[in-house]
Amino acid sequence: MRFSGTSTYITSPELRDIVNVAIDLQKPLLMKGEPGTGKTRLAEAIAEDLGLELLVWNIKSTTKARDGLYVYDTVARLNDARFGDGDVRNIRAYIKHGPLGRAFASDKRMIVLIDEIDKADLEFPNDLLHELDRMSFLVDETGETITARERPIVIITSNNEKELPDAFLRRCVFHFIDFPTPDFMRDIVHVHHPDVEKALLDEVLTRFFWIRDLPELRKRPSTSELVDWIAALRRAGISAERITSELPFLGVLLKRETDVELVKRAASRPRRPGF
Amino acid sequence: MFVDFLYHLRGHGIRVTPTEWLALMEALARGHARASLGVFYHLARAMVVKRESLFDTYDRAFAEFFEGVDRQFDLTDELLSWLSNPQLPRELTEAEREQIPHMDLETLHEQFEKRLAEQKERHDGGRHWVGTGGVSPFGNGGSNPQGIRVGGSGGGRTAVKVAGDRRYRNLRSDIVLDTRQMGSALRRLRRLSSDDQAHELDLEKTIDQSARNGGEIEIVMGPPRRNRLRVLLLMDVGGSMDPHAALCEKLFSAAHASTHFKAFKHYYFHNCPYERLYSDMSQLKGRPTAEVLKEVDERWCVILVGDAYMHPYELTQRGGIINYGARNEETGLQWLQRLRQRCPASVWLNPESERVWGAPTIKTVRTVFPMFPLTLDGLTEAVDTLRGAKPNVATKEQPVDPMAAFRSL
Repeated sequence: MRFSGTSTYITSPELRDIVNVAIDLQKPLLMKGEPGTGKTRLAEAIAEDLGLELLVWNIKSTTKARDGLYVYDTVARLNDARFGDGDVRNIRAYIKHGPLGRAFASDKRMIVLIDEIDKADLEFPNDLLHELDRMSFLVDETGETITARERPIVIITSNNEKELPDAFLRRCVFHFIDFPTPDFMRDIVHVHHPDVEKALLDEVLTRFFWIRDLPELRKRPSTSELVDWIAALRRAGISAERITSELPFLGVLLKRETDVELVKRAASRPRRPGF
Repeated sequence: MFVDFLYHLRGHGIRVTPTEWLALMEALARGHARASLGVFYHLARAMVVKRESLFDTYDRAFAEFFEGVDRQFDLTDELLSWLSNPQLPRELTEAEREQIPHMDLETLHEQFEKRLAEQKERHDGGRHWVGTGGVSPFGNGGSNPQGIRVGGSGGGRTAVKVAGDRRYRNLRSDIVLDTRQMGSALRRLRRLSSDDQAHELDLEKTIDQSARNGGEIEIVMGPPRRNRLRVLLLMDVGGSMDPHAALCEKLFSAAHASTHFKAFKHYYFHNCPYERLYSDMSQLKGRPTAEVLKEVDERWCVILVGDAYMHPYELTQRGGIINYGARNEETGLQWLQRLRQRCPASVWLNPESERVWGAPTIKTVRTVFPMFPLTLDGLTEAVDTLRGAKPNVATKEQPVDPMAAFRSL
């Protein structure tokens, strides 16, 4: 089972290697990187390439580790008991598996994406250690232990909102997605805009990386914003020259008003020779 | 040799644990480095370095270790010799020793030999992991004598050179980056209700219990999970602090945006807090310090930010205040001590480099407050101190004599 990338998702060779190591050693793969570098898309690409089903577990601040394994729907059972539907003696019918639980219980190998693990409480990753190590969990209500027949491929993303505990990090394979270099970015843009004019793309990329390098910028624009910007520019039929002089649709690229103003100010500064 | 690399990394402050090391060995034995130092560079990093803030340290350690070495470094021999006598550092802590997983090294060894044998038969240069030159050492499989291409593009760059680029310098945690990272460090600053009194309705558990109870309402109470942390931020502005203004502004906006504090107050001072604290320094709008102190107590954490760099007078003399037209009846030092007594959980963050902390006034301030550099590491340490916890930051180990500390598994 080897991941080799897909036509719509471009990966660097080292990322492909790391994905394959994680799959082979059956360790969770922790992905970090600036927002918009395609951390979440990676899981989809792996699923597509390997032809496996992808289960997504979106983490929120209130998510608890057990939610990913199973939820015992006591209210539904009570409801059934009152109104006479279903077999309320069968507790198992009210145990609903979460994404990890489903992957463990399935006889097919699955991919589980634990998306934005840093959103949850600080203890959350530690609460999952046991299950990720053993690939099994106990359902308290039925006394049943569910053990993975096919260990799922686990991809975890983090946006660095919180530090993750050491014990958790030790068990993961870690990859940090570098922000694409201009050349790599060109390839990425071509996936989304196959027929983009070279002159326009040159100009857009120059401007994009110039903006990203402005030191006072609060939030640097990411790949997805660049792709949207190009879409907006092309739809409006704006020429390459006008991009330099006017920087149209900055709002697509920058989400903060202060950043928009900052870029406009920086752009209007006369360029001194030699700088 | 392999163990040397482990020591080398640990000597640079990357705490590679046995679990991680063995996982790397397993990855190598299963052929994931493909006899390429370039691939090994990324592989080893993914297996043993789990924070991007350590990437730069790893790069330096890697370049240092493999500089010149990679001509003779033979992965196959190295791994075989390691597998026949697997060693791990002796100076492991108790906790680290417990982590050593049960690992079947026999099997690993067999797997590895099998792959080698396969390779000798097939002589293919393609996907198989020992390069075209058969059982080829690191680095002499390609046309480039010193190494292997990295990343498929760019061509001809050796792993040592790539590591030498130090592309991750900006991710180091001993320099501060942005508001977001500061916010993430501050988020660890929390004090959940310490009294165990369950006086808040736990709605979710109540519904669950009631449903299990056949619909009879069963109230479940729990201790409130709200953060009870109160923070007072005092910042030095103007004068020698001007070069640090951008950094301080970042810290301020991170603290201000931290919605998890129960209360947050902030004031400014110039060089040292005296009778008054200012809400607007340029207009000298402010309040008497004594009033502010009345409103805070030991439940508050105080974070002072300043370079603590001033004339000794300003700290130890009455009337030493630098503001024109103001006069202090009590010395700055007395005010600092009073603040510390009122709020024992207090720290001083200093944007100046630790090199200059020997200056007299800085030394004096340090007798009152624990001082930390205003970097991500410093902030993390400060937060740990405020929480009363032990510092969580990996302490740098001194490089040890690699030969002295071998231990057989």
